[in-house]
Amino acid sequence: MSTAITDAPAKKKLSPRRRAQRIRWTQYALLVAFVIAFALGADWGQIQSVFFRSDLVKATLTEGLPNAFKNTLVYTAGAFVLGLLLGTVLALMRLSSVGPYRWISTAWIEFFRGLPAIVVFIAFSLLPLAFEGLVIPYDPYGTVWVALGLVASAYMAETIRAGIQAVPPGQIEAARSLGMPAGVATRKIILPQAFRIITPPLTNEVILLVKDSSLVYVLGLSAAGYELTKYGRDLASSNANLTPLVVAGFCYLVITLPLSYVVRRMEARQKKER
Amino acid sequence: MSSSATHRGAAVVEVTDLHKSFGSNHVLRGLDATIRQGEVVCVIGPSGSGKSTFLRCINLLEQPTSGSIKVGGEEVTDPDCDIDAIRRNMGMVFQQFNLFPHLSVLDNCTVAQTTVLKRGKEEAETKARDNLEKVGLSDKADAYPAQLSGGQQQRVAIARALSMDPKLMLFDEPTSALDPELVGDVLSVMRRLATEGMTMFVVTHEMAFAREVADRVIFMDGGSIVEEGVPSQVIGSPTEERTRVFLQRVLDPTHVDPGAEDEAHAERHRAAAAAAGSTPGVPLDPQR
Ligand SMILES: Nc1ncnc2c1ncn2[C@@H]1O[C@H](COP(=O)(O)OP(=O)(O)OP(=O)(O)O)[C@@H](O)[C@H]1O
Ligand SMILES: [Mg+2]
Repeated sequence: MSTAITDAPAKKKLSPRRRAQRIRWTQYALLVAFVIAFALGADWGQIQSVFFRSDLVKATLTEGLPNAFKNTLVYTAGAFVLGLLLGTVLALMRLSSVGPYRWISTAWIEFFRGLPAIVVFIAFSLLPLAFEGLVIPYDPYGTVWVALGLVASAYMAETIRAGIQAVPPGQIEAARSLGMPAGVATRKIILPQAFRIITPPLTNEVILLVKDSSLVYVLGLSAAGYELTKYGRDLASSNANLTPLVVAGFCYLVITLPLSYVVRRMEARQKKER
Repeated sequence: MSSSATHRGAAVVEVTDLHKSFGSNHVLRGLDATIRQGEVVCVIGPSGSGKSTFLRCINLLEQPTSGSIKVGGEEVTDPDCDIDAIRRNMGMVFQQFNLFPHLSVLDNCTVAQTTVLKRGKEEAETKARDNLEKVGLSDKADAYPAQLSGGQQQRVAIARALSMDPKLMLFDEPTSALDPELVGDVLSVMRRLATEGMTMFVVTHEMAFAREVADRVIFMDGGSIVEEGVPSQVIGSPTEERTRVFLQRVLDPTHVDPGAEDEAHAERHRAAAAAAGSTPGVPLDPQR
């Protein structure tokens, strides 16, 4: 019925809808073919023994995993808090009317965003060598928090700045016209709204931080300070088997998937409120 | 300029030769005005004539380019003056309400009291509830701004400003963003404020309101005050051609009936103003 209007006898020409349907069926057929080929061709025993060896799963879970899991969480949480505080200061500096504050903050942000995180961590691992007697408290947490927090602060500063700028200018005008000094207006009116706006992107940054925390092994931590990646990797290489790494990877998903879900929920809600 | 205004009390605001430019755009071109205690002064004029800018200069939301603005005898353009202290005595109501969306209605009315006036929580809440009652919204204290209609939000904004016990209220087109059926509630709150003796400076396009409530009307055009006087004169029988042209355009052009003040007419005038694409005017409030 789709060709009814054209008077050309285009018998062979399919209507766009029919063609789309045919393409869809072809895609399904291809997919099924691949799955069957993979299921028949793969060596399932081999795959299981390399990736999911049950005795190794058990060993990984019981040995140091709870500690590594805890370390990943503690590293991330501390770096997040530090990054948030520092990021807020940097964002306010970036929006300051005092030129040098803006320059310092911009330089800081561009510097730490431009460097690979691992370079920052390597630098931190060398600091105690370069500055003799330098001790960062709460070893190993202190060092990790500072290193990871510095990197986080640069990313968060940009997010927070965007959030502050997304608060309508009428809000600061209303606050100031009530006689609030700029500082009070910022604390009571602007920042609470800015943080509400940026909760989803900030949560995304937590997810990135969770993953970036896997790089802190370059700081040369002792076994008690291992996080998930270092722990899983050591165990994997000592056993010449990937199972521990798979278990560690699964732990990351346990942390990050719920966070992504929460972000999606929050974004959907914000869209509805707008 | 006519000097037929009633001189009821001391000058609350004295503006002398006020100029304001945005870059090369010379928006205010030498304004002189006085608002006295207990007076309601309405400012009318076409869109872009500088009404909002004038109002915003008074509490220094805009920095004047030159000229003098004295509020309660203090020169607000003086860098040594404590502008926050002056703003505390001056309520401001915006066209877009500008309620704090993250705070409940009650907290909107208490946040400045507790942080700026250092009032205790209880005292601030009592004051806030009194003012919410005054604007007819005592049942909405725990609601959030997003849950209220525009008219309700604007009345909360008035209650929020009143909670600071201001000596002067500035209104910048407080009903222009409202659906027509919500305008009346806000205007009656303002009318009542005027009756109670509040000094008000109102930019508005509500001619019926200006006529009824204002002690004095200022007509602005092109950044200057073209005509000023009691409403019956400025709105009723303007002497300046520009005022006449403006009023004709704002009041129903097909229905020239300048004496009408009933709500039905006000409604029509609003519709006409909206249809003409004119921007809403900021109402001027007379000072006590
Ligand atoms: N912040 C600003 N920056 C640059 N120009 C501005 C600014 N605010 C106002 N103006 C300009 O000043 C002029 C007067 O604006 P103003 O808002 O005071 O007019 P108005 O009489 O209140 O008009 P309306 O009835 O549309 O509200 C306009 O030409 C406007 O473009
Ligand atoms: Mg305006």
